[in-house]
Amino acid sequence: MNPIPALPKRALLSAIPIAVILFFLPLLIAPYQVTLLAYGLIFAIAALGFNLLLGYTGLLSFGHSAYFGMGAYAVAFIVKYFNITSMEVFLLGGILASGAIAALFGFLCVRYTRIYFGILTLALSQVLWSLAFKFYWVTGGTDGLRVPTPSLLGVANPEREEKMIFLAHRYYYYVLVIFLVAASAMWVIVHSPFGKALQAIRDNETRAEFVGVQVWRYRWIAFLVSGIYAGLAGTLWVPLNGLTTPDILHWTFSGKIVFFTVLGGFQTFMGPIIGGVVYNYLETYAVGHTVYWQMVLGVVLVLLVLVLPAGIAGTAGRLLLRLRRAT
Amino acid sequence: MVLLETKSLTKYFGDTHAVDRVHFSVAHGELLALIGSNGAGKTSLVNLISGLLRPDSGTILFQGADVTTMPVHDRIRAGIARSFQLVTVFDQLDTLDNVALAIFCREGKTRRLLSLASSDHAVRNEAFEILREFGLEAKASQPAGGLSQGERKLLDIALAYALRPKLLFLDEPTSGVSTREKAPIMNIVTSIVRSGKISAVIVEHDMDVVFRYSDRIVVMHEGAILADGTPDEIRRNEQVTTTLLGTSPSQ
Repeated sequence: MNPIPALPKRALLSAIPIAVILFFLPLLIAPYQVTLLAYGLIFAIAALGFNLLLGYTGLLSFGHSAYFGMGAYAVAFIVKYFNITSMEVFLLGGILASGAIAALFGFLCVRYTRIYFGILTLALSQVLWSLAFKFYWVTGGTDGLRVPTPSLLGVANPEREEKMIFLAHRYYYYVLVIFLVAASAMWVIVHSPFGKALQAIRDNETRAEFVGVQVWRYRWIAFLVSGIYAGLAGTLWVPLNGLTTPDILHWTFSGKIVFFTVLGGFQTFMGPIIGGVVYNYLETYAVGHTVYWQMVLGVVLVLLVLVLPAGIAGTAGRLLLRLRRAT
Repeated sequence: MVLLETKSLTKYFGDTHAVDRVHFSVAHGELLALIGSNGAGKTSLVNLISGLLRPDSGTILFQGADVTTMPVHDRIRAGIARSFQLVTVFDQLDTLDNVALAIFCREGKTRRLLSLASSDHAVRNEAFEILREFGLEAKASQPAGGLSQGERKLLDIALAYALRPKLLFLDEPTSGVSTREKAPIMNIVTSIVRSGKISAVIVEHDMDVVFRYSDRIVVMHEGAILADGTPDEIRRNEQVTTTLLGTSPSQ
């Protein structure tokens, strides 16, 4: 037996067609649709980070809005206090701010598991939400803070270029490249010895400790990486949205990140990516068609749990496997 | 030559004296059986030595060094490994990945975030060799959750063995497996103890297994050591047979 599986080759073969489609899609669809896709890719980055905790470490966080929001507010503060509009500075600031908060909150949370972990993450994220809500002279309160169109790689957005065109073209490709890098890095992380250690913690914490995994430390690193991914997503989201408000720090947004991941399927690597993109379309079209859009999403969630507990990717994978066995 | 020694090791759970001032030792290269009725303190003693529990008092010396308050991962690095009474393997990982993870931990490679586990040929080859030694090579690419109970027991021991311990604690290695599967498990345990020059302590209820495979037997009763000797000495010990088996040596 050859003990070396052809993992990277297989993954590349399935990733390349997806990357090609994502690259050429803006040439075929309307700019508005492209911005929706950009939102979807950004949510996919957040969900990938979230799933490092849920799918690979066995920890359900209800507080990832904190890191997504920190990324977004870090950008808004850079604009407000330093008048800088460089996207690269935004990324640096967003990653540092969300990483710092994730490091602190993670240090407090990873000692707990199950419901205690979930509640603690939720409570800590609500502290940030209340700060953003109450300190309006700093955060703009419910009015939020505006973020202008950023310069990308040192090239400022020409004033004559319409914002929608900028977002649907140059900004989309900027997001796409970061998404591809982030997804590739996450793929390597979950297939690394570190990723295997996290999966061991998920499967059996005590046994993991007794093969030498330092459980708290590894959970904390996973939490940190997960928070940075959510922060990166928040940083990319805010120029697209043009505004950040305390809503993005509220626990209900953490619930959305959980929804992305469950919708796509948390037991597969692709699940959170699919979930982030599909959820965004689902919510946008539900909001556009009915005032009862929350009910639509609620029904989808109930159906998902009852009928497709493995999510879209998990169910599709199982169907493919059955088809292969049948033929 | 003494490898491990406990001095007055004590652990209370409320009013229960789980381990009561126990002086216990393991020599280099021996296969020792720890026996006693349920609640005698065998697993508690193993839990104290392996680091799962902290003692109320007493000391644990391993190769002459005090490891009483040492964290689990440092004890593993020092050379103490264990398996569990209820089989504990990583169900969603492949059988090969289970063993590879133990090797990655031993080599301090689990801190690597940005390198693929599958590209470390040396670790995977070693993991595969260990699976071969344990007769599990055909199951290498299967999730551990799909193995039979006997295979899971073997994998549990293989995980501990992959850490290259000097002292291996096996908590009921043959419990819950068929009679047919007991001998292969114990043959492998004996083989790795003899060939690897490591010491092993088995906690066991099956007296056939205990008397057939062990070099020395320590009998525990109500948290204390009741007797310590060779299988023949223990077989002839009247106190042991009446306390443990409710029969006299002649029976």
